[in-house]
Amino acid sequence: MTDTPRPTTAPTGDPVVAMRGITMEFPGVTALADVDFRLLPGEVHALMGENGAGKSTLIKVLTGVYTATSGTTELRGERVAFAGPAAAQEAGVSTVYQEVNLCPNLSVAENILLGREPRRFGAIDLPGTRARAAELLGRMGLTIDPASTLAEHPIAIQQLVAIARAVAVDAQVLILDEPTSSLDQDEVAELFRIMRHLRDQGVAILFVSHFLEQVYEIADRMTVLRNGRLVGEHLTRDLSRLQLVSAMIGRELGVLEEVERLAEDAGSGTSGAPPVLEASGLGRRGSIAPFDLTIRSGEVVGLAGLLGSGRTELARLLFGADRADSGSVRVGGKDVSLRTPRAAIASGIAFCSEDRKGEGILADLSIRDNLVLAMQAARGWARPIPRRTKDELVARWIETLDIRPADPDAIVGRLSGGNQQKVLLARWLVTNPRLLILDEPTRGIDIGAKAQIQKLVAQLAAEGMAVVYISAELEEVARLSHRVIVLKDRAKVAELDASATVDDIMGLIAETDATAAPRVGTAARTEQVAS
Amino acid sequence: MTTTTPARHRVPGLSKVPGIPGRVLPVVATFVLFVLLFGVGSVRYEGFTSGQVFANLFIDNAFLIVLAVGMTFVILTGGIDLSVGAVVALSTMLAAATLRAGIPAPLVILLVLAVGTGLGVLMGLVIHHFEIQPFIVTLAGMFLARGLCFVIGVESISIKDPFFRALATGTIELPGGVVITWSVVIALVIVAAAVWVLHRTRFGRTVYAIGGSESSATLMGLPVARVKVAAYAISGLCAAVAGLLFSVYMLSGYGLHAVGMELDAIASVVIGGTLLSGGVGFVLGSLLGVLVLGVIQTLISFQGTLSSWWTKIAIGTLLLLFIVMQRLFTRRAS
Repeated sequence: MTDTPRPTTAPTGDPVVAMRGITMEFPGVTALADVDFRLLPGEVHALMGENGAGKSTLIKVLTGVYTATSGTTELRGERVAFAGPAAAQEAGVSTVYQEVNLCPNLSVAENILLGREPRRFGAIDLPGTRARAAELLGRMGLTIDPASTLAEHPIAIQQLVAIARAVAVDAQVLILDEPTSSLDQDEVAELFRIMRHLRDQGVAILFVSHFLEQVYEIADRMTVLRNGRLVGEHLTRDLSRLQLVSAMIGRELGVLEEVERLAEDAGSGTSGAPPVLEASGLGRRGSIAPFDLTIRSGEVVGLAGLLGSGRTELARLLFGADRADSGSVRVGGKDVSLRTPRAAIASGIAFCSEDRKGEGILADLSIRDNLVLAMQAARGWARPIPRRTKDELVARWIETLDIRPADPDAIVGRLSGGNQQKVLLARWLVTNPRLLILDEPTRGIDIGAKAQIQKLVAQLAAEGMAVVYISAELEEVARLSHRVIVLKDRAKVAELDASATVDDIMGLIAETDATAAPRVGTAARTEQVAS
Repeated sequence: MTTTTPARHRVPGLSKVPGIPGRVLPVVATFVLFVLLFGVGSVRYEGFTSGQVFANLFIDNAFLIVLAVGMTFVILTGGIDLSVGAVVALSTMLAAATLRAGIPAPLVILLVLAVGTGLGVLMGLVIHHFEIQPFIVTLAGMFLARGLCFVIGVESISIKDPFFRALATGTIELPGGVVITWSVVIALVIVAAAVWVLHRTRFGRTVYAIGGSESSATLMGLPVARVKVAAYAISGLCAAVAGLLFSVYMLSGYGLHAVGMELDAIASVVIGGTLLSGGVGFVLGSLLGVLVLGVIQTLISFQGTLSSWWTKIAIGTLLLLFIVMQRLFTRRAS
């Protein structure tokens, strides 16, 4: 990766943004307590913290989405209180969000300049708009046709277009809220190149990411938050990864080691356990080639492979979300036809989709409603669950999974990613499934929640549940699984036992196709820090 | 929308027909359909292939064209306006009653336009600020406007005003002996204005942006509230203009005029290729949609033996066909 030399001294000068004593209280919750934050011109500054640490809240206070309960915000030495993102943008504070917030139906040029198009005689100057957009894209080293429709481009390009829009206003402060979560390694490199470019032009960049590797690669300084409080402000090079992680989660890093121990404990003696699910010759044309798979009680079976290797497709077949066109499935020794998710659920199979928002949680409902839903479906609509049973159940799962806030009536859509994932997990665990399929359960969530979820998986397996675990993070798969199924080009290519290492898996994936670089690079993980 | 890949946006109306950008394909399809239908008529019926038959499509549907233009604005933002048929009726009634009371025509026209726009603004404000589905709000608007007609009078009121009469009978002769009315000119001017506004002004592009993703438009700092309310105001204004054209066409005001016309307008917009989910579509498509409906009516009247209700069946079939076609394009693209 090309890199302009990192400044050898700390970035200096007056802060472009100075927030002092920011406190933000929501009914019943103090999201931020007396937080100070400084952003200097020409630096990439990482805002670090677990989910719920207050990173998003701080950003929202800065951009005027929220009005702080107390505290002051200064922009270039002047006190400001923006009325909203539009006003903040006007003043040179632009934000690019994790989800691409552009209009897919419009052209690239329009997305960059919408609302600021050059005009002639009251009408939008179309050639002028395109030229200006091309210039902005060119400044970022992008050579896409400004007249093309945004939706034609991959999500990574769309993300870069969003950044082009953000800098088009002569932004002095650019806030990037988890811009890398949907990008692959090359795309991240491209994004970093542009970030360095902007930094060198004096733009102050506030960067939020869960990937420690990325933070260490790009950030000059970092501010760490924990539970709404400021833990510290550091130069990146002064803070080791271990120190950073400790600062973020504020406790010793025993959790991940415990996961490993649990997994090992459970690993012994599963080969004799009765199979929960046996698939033979199961396949679906164009989706995944026929495969055999046996999953035993108390076993975690990991599915490893690159994006598009057929991981999710395999899981969807097992859950009946897609219909197999060959092969057969036995669950608990009986032949079953998994033609619909309903049939799979009836057989005791649960599936947590990778698309948490689209296919998993019901964002508008409360934690209680989400939890009760799957159980109610299993009981049938004619047998309502008594209120007290519901409350007990919900309270128990909130406690077990450490869902925050621990309020059954909290709206799920407002929870952090990690907590949404826990709600989704709890929803299925309530039904006490025999086989739990988890598709990317730890994507986009912080270390603390990640460790908790992995620990939970290991515990569930130890208690006898069979688990299919899918993750792009090979480390995670290797650590948790008793067996690893390696997938490639929509076919099962190998089955490894618990002793498999990440290198083994990568070797298999790369075996016949050396050019395909595994995603482990961008996913270079926090767990490495811990081990 | 349910997609299996969460991050990727679904591409509306994008297709792989070479040489034609996906966005305009539905409009091209509508145009081809129009030519085909007109061709069928030309082959089957004597006298169908005349400029006047073509011009009559515009004359008999001028009000619907105007209505469809307003509806296009609303549907492009991802909304719907069910009130426009009732607003047309209210406009005819208001015009007829005030003209009968001796109020001069220019004042009457201003009053009608103001009432229609006002109703649109009101509905837009309620939709945006209370975050209520446009369907319900405009349904309420529809009942309100229809009810107001009968408050003004239960009988049909004929219009005897010389200006309205002159508009109704006045014609413009085009080269080739083809005759059109002033209503056609007004409708086409409105179409042209709408095309310009939608494609060459920030307001117009914001309409598309809101339809593409309202939350994105808000985060992009666009004036979402103003534009959304304005879209309903434009629809209301167009409904009022359509109502005036309809009073000229019928030379009467009546509470039962234009029953179900909002549905004809929606059908025209959809057949013209505009996605009901918003963000994709063209005013010219809506114009073509109206012409397709018009040519079906003409075909059935030339046939002579068919009941005019066959028009409804044909429209229903077409509508379904176009919705399915759009769905197929969308699916292929994703």
